[in-house]
Amino acid sequence: MRVRLLLFLLLLPLSAYAQGFAGLGSDADGFAVPERGHALAFPRDHGPHPSYRIEWWYATATLTGADGQDYGIQWTLFRSALAPYDKAGWQSPQLWLAHAALTTPERHFVAERLARGGIGQAGVTADPFEAWIDDWRMAGPDFDRLDLRARSAEFAYDLSLAAQGPLVLHGDRGYSVKSQDGQASYYYSQPNFAVTGTLTLPSGPVAVTGTAWLDREWSSQPLSEDQTGWDWFSLGFDDGTRLMAFRLRGGRGDFTSGTWIKADGSATPLPDGMIAVEPLDMTRVAGRDLPTRWRLALPDKALSVEIEALNPQAWMATSFPYWEGPVRVTGSHDGKGYLEMTGYD
Amino acid sequence: MLLSVETVSKTYPGGRPVLDQVSLVLERGETLALTGESGSGKSTLLNLVGALDHFDSGEITVAGTPLSALNERGRAALRRESLALVFQQFNLIPSLNVEQNLAFHARLSDQSDTTWLSHLTDRLGLAPFLSRSPEQLSGGQQQRVAIGRALATRPALLLADEPTGNLDETASAAVLDLMLELVAETGCGLLLVTHSAAIAARLDRRAHLSGGHLA
Amino acid sequence: MRRAAIACLWSHWARHPLQLVTLLAGLALATGLWSAVQAINAEARTSYAEASAQLGVGQFDELRAASGPIPLARYVALRRAGWQLAALLEGQLRLPGGSVDVMGVDLLSYPALPAVEETSQEDGIAPTDALLAPGLLIAGPETAERLESQPGLPPVRRTQNLPSGVVLTDIGTAEMLLNRRAEITRLLILPDQSAGLTPLADLAPDLMLVRAEGRSELARLTDSFHLNLTAFGLLSFAVGLFIVHGMVGLSFEQRRGMIRTLRALGLPLRDLTWLMLGELLLFALIGGLIGLVLGYGVAAALLPDVAATLRGLYGAPVDGDLALQPAWVALGLMMAVAGTFAASAQALWHLSRVPILQAQGQYAWTAQGLPARAQAGFGALLICAGFLALVVFDGLIAGFAMLGGLLMGAALLLPPILSLALRLGERFARGPLEEWIWADMRAQLPGLSLALMALLLALAANIGVGTMVSSFRLTFTGWLDQRLASELYVTARDEAQGHEIERWLNSRADAVLPIRATEVQVAGETVFLYGIIDHPTYRNNWPLIAELPEVWDVLAEGRGALINEQMARRMDLWPGDRVELLPGWSLPVAGVYSDYGNPTGQAITALPALLERVPDLPNTRFGIRIDPPEAEDLRTALADRFALPPQAVVPQAAIKASSLAIFEKTFVVTGALNILTLGVAGFAILTSLLTLWAHRLPQLAPVWALGVQRDTLARLEVLRSVALAVMTAVLALPLGLVLAWALLAIINVEAFGWRLPMHLFPLQWLVLLLLAVATAILAALLPARRLRHLPPSDLLQVFANAR
Repeated sequence: MRVRLLLFLLLLPLSAYAQGFAGLGSDADGFAVPERGHALAFPRDHGPHPSYRIEWWYATATLTGADGQDYGIQWTLFRSALAPYDKAGWQSPQLWLAHAALTTPERHFVAERLARGGIGQAGVTADPFEAWIDDWRMAGPDFDRLDLRARSAEFAYDLSLAAQGPLVLHGDRGYSVKSQDGQASYYYSQPNFAVTGTLTLPSGPVAVTGTAWLDREWSSQPLSEDQTGWDWFSLGFDDGTRLMAFRLRGGRGDFTSGTWIKADGSATPLPDGMIAVEPLDMTRVAGRDLPTRWRLALPDKALSVEIEALNPQAWMATSFPYWEGPVRVTGSHDGKGYLEMTGYD
Repeated sequence: MLLSVETVSKTYPGGRPVLDQVSLVLERGETLALTGESGSGKSTLLNLVGALDHFDSGEITVAGTPLSALNERGRAALRRESLALVFQQFNLIPSLNVEQNLAFHARLSDQSDTTWLSHLTDRLGLAPFLSRSPEQLSGGQQQRVAIGRALATRPALLLADEPTGNLDETASAAVLDLMLELVAETGCGLLLVTHSAAIAARLDRRAHLSGGHLA
Repeated sequence: MRRAAIACLWSHWARHPLQLVTLLAGLALATGLWSAVQAINAEARTSYAEASAQLGVGQFDELRAASGPIPLARYVALRRAGWQLAALLEGQLRLPGGSVDVMGVDLLSYPALPAVEETSQEDGIAPTDALLAPGLLIAGPETAERLESQPGLPPVRRTQNLPSGVVLTDIGTAEMLLNRRAEITRLLILPDQSAGLTPLADLAPDLMLVRAEGRSELARLTDSFHLNLTAFGLLSFAVGLFIVHGMVGLSFEQRRGMIRTLRALGLPLRDLTWLMLGELLLFALIGGLIGLVLGYGVAAALLPDVAATLRGLYGAPVDGDLALQPAWVALGLMMAVAGTFAASAQALWHLSRVPILQAQGQYAWTAQGLPARAQAGFGALLICAGFLALVVFDGLIAGFAMLGGLLMGAALLLPPILSLALRLGERFARGPLEEWIWADMRAQLPGLSLALMALLLALAANIGVGTMVSSFRLTFTGWLDQRLASELYVTARDEAQGHEIERWLNSRADAVLPIRATEVQVAGETVFLYGIIDHPTYRNNWPLIAELPEVWDVLAEGRGALINEQMARRMDLWPGDRVELLPGWSLPVAGVYSDYGNPTGQAITALPALLERVPDLPNTRFGIRIDPPEAEDLRTALADRFALPPQAVVPQAAIKASSLAIFEKTFVVTGALNILTLGVAGFAILTSLLTLWAHRLPQLAPVWALGVQRDTLARLEVLRSVALAVMTAVLALPLGLVLAWALLAIINVEAFGWRLPMHLFPLQWLVLLLLAVATAILAALLPARRLRHLPPSDLLQVFANAR
């Protein structure tokens, strides 16, 4: 029931997006909409934007244990606003939802937390940076040095993240277009954290090192009416270059976008049509078929790779379920990364 | 042989013997009067023959069936099929009317014969009273119903215990006449217990019980 | 063969339809009253179970503050320490016509609530509506209607999944509604906690952990009430079975000749027994079904009152509507069948023993019971066993065991005692007719004894219950006068207004007595802890039932506490014992006061001492002492000055009236069952007299023949019946008083938690005696009328037939 009510709470605003674009600057319900040319400012924009419907702080990390094994973790804090303002107390319209996951080649652990703003149970402050819900927390003196923690009945992790390069603004200086109709979000990342820390598995603690990728995105109207889901890749190659790429699947054809990030952190946006993705293998996961092996090509950068899930069963059985897990990359470039897939029903 | 009583003895707990080595034989179509003083054991003998009570020793055979070999169910079946009883107190079923009472024993033994029954009813002069309840009848009429009920099954042996004991003289004579006529007509044997010598004289044979012995 | 035999057996009932009707009526009454009680109990239990499922209570461990609410900040701190908790804010919302319970839950974290699911599936709950101001109220139809008629409340959604009187809403809305910002009354500990959490005992040592299984207060309290009802249902069942017993016995007796004839004509005993059993089974089913219909009707009629009692007394949520439950039907029929066979066992046993040969017209089957001496001995034994049960065990069951033994034993003792009395009477008889009357009564006794036993039980139950109810009423009204000494009771909107009102009143009233309380946990139970100021109102009026010397000084100086009787009995705390009211604060019990009509524990301390430990004690309620004639003016002035709604300023009389109303409803059910029981007993006498009728003629005919008129005989018939009833009633009096004592001193203490002084009400006894006489006259009237109009020929027939 909790789950069903929650679905209700969160999907209802999403369905309201379908009403579409209702004018410049704000939509029908008074929520702000992203505008091209708006300059992001930090550390202010690390914090929440209550006048936008939805926002997330999304960290993934590909890790290697002292035991030589590959691991992946996810830590996501979503903000979903019922109304475009904030207020102290239980009746704050700002709802918070968090997912944490830990993936090994054999196992995939998931946990979820839900809270509302206004009483201090969950929230984000920009400076010093802290994002939290219950005892899950991503915080540090600033956005470059973060501690990341989550735990559940089955697993826990406690990691230190140190930024190795600058923030990357996607699209047009952080204005990231999501459809042919012009739906867009503000979107920036810190794609290169060095990570050390400990995972706690049912079998015991494991010391790990690796790299993490942190996405920040907020909007009020992320998808077009015909768009059914997306495939999203964040890949780090052994030569230090990185790639963010996504494909939004829609009735009118796919919409792709991405960012090519050089080892020094300088970024090039990849407009619609430049990236080609193709599912290679399907896996039966949670009663549906999902592509867990992909070919991704970016002819412009002479890139053609195969991407394979570390654990094909990385299903996020949360209130709105989706697939999210670490991947291995081979081909013209070798590396690791994370894959997210939604809308395969 | 319809009935044979061979050296039968019966003692009630804590008393002297009521019957002592009594033997007796009755042929089909024969009528026998059993006489004796009060307490001479004549009713006891009748009850033993009627499979209503158990004897201590000896044997009673009714229509070829030795009673000592029968269990409770067999004794009930014998009473139902081969025997018929007429009591001093009539023992009609008060909640059934005359017609139902007449047919009752026959229906109980699953041998209803409507022609025979209506013949009996006519012979007994009960036709006008069929829908009445027993308590609306005189004693003589009630006993006629009891006789009719008994003979309706065409029993092999009719047992009658002072059948006229509760009736006045006129009614008594009429009932006895009817009973003897119908017994003859039915062709069954009759064992009749009475203390009246006059009644006993009307039957084929007489046996007198005294002190538990047959004289 | 079978069909002929069945027709024959049935012909008896066709000839005696009244007997059949009586038998079925007895069965229906027995089953009906029993089933009614069962239906009420089942309905109430279902309501409890539904309510706890609907409210999700009792399934999870909980955290509660030792006193007062849990601050919101504590909840957030525990959350941030990793504990998955669900916050709950509960309180009462005053509405015209009684307050409702507001249950504010954090809709995001609270576990399964069917009401939310139902409403969100049917109407769709937009989270914006549910979570943001003004919020949404969810309530059952009846409560929803009351809420909607109230201006200024949030919109209401209807659900079938909430008990009546409960309003479910988001905790944010509840805060506004109850005006209790940032407060939480309970925290549910959700399943599936993270590994490695700091234990709650370290994080929040001041919060009390209440285990899910340790919180059956409602079940425990109401169990006693239901047991009470069940006992009455059983009593009615037993009395109804007396009728069945009588009728089955009569029919067997009347068919004795038929049975013998049937067997002589060759129907095996086994077949006959099966046929009779089949007949009984059929009657049991028919009577049982009629009884179920009857019971359903009675239950439907009584349920609203029972529901009102349960709500008023225990706060137990019970709906006034009765639902038909298959289990109830099955149980009712089973009881009817079992009861029929139990009541017929004796008759069936005799049937198997009826010899084919036996002179007719001998004594009735009823005479073949236990020999008088053995019966008396057995009766005495049962009474002793009952009291022994009370000594050896305690609790409600022992109380009922004692009552059961006492009543059964007394019933068994009745015939020997009556026989003795009649023998004595015979000695003082003058003249042959008188002698005959006494002797004849004694001869009749075996046949009537069962009916008289039923009458004894019914009368004793009436005296007992009547005494209890009247004693309670007397004590309760006196207690209300003492307890509600203030002329006006006022409730302020909030703390600030409370202070204002207090200041305003200080110059206008003789005294303002603050009523300030907090909820505390004592020995795992919720107890309301009050702080009072030292005032003559308490010293002069408060109804103490046990106390230390100088109790009021001890209390005023903060050296002792008063507790209510319920708490004293439940926790076995009496003056001199120490009680820990708050963690680290224990006081000696200085006195115990009676506190009728309140299911929960209560304690009183000096206000200053309490304020030291609980500084944020709410201060919104006051008792106002004023010259009674001026009370109404002050009430108007107060309401005008502070714009208080009518329910916020209540005069003493109104509270008394509503308390008495709850009280009356509590005993409506017992009263109704009582009257029905007496009716059943009267019916039993009638059936017994009818049973004896067949044997009366041979006994009366000789007397008639010797020159006593039929009129006289008929009068004597009635007189005999009345005399036996009066003797029974006289014997019922002491039995009833013992019953009353047991009810007051044992059953009430267990069921409600208070003991009442016993008062005697001779006028009631007189009324009951008259009722018994009337019952006996009515019962004897039919046979007597028959006798009067009997044609002489019928009497003559007795001689003619020499049956």
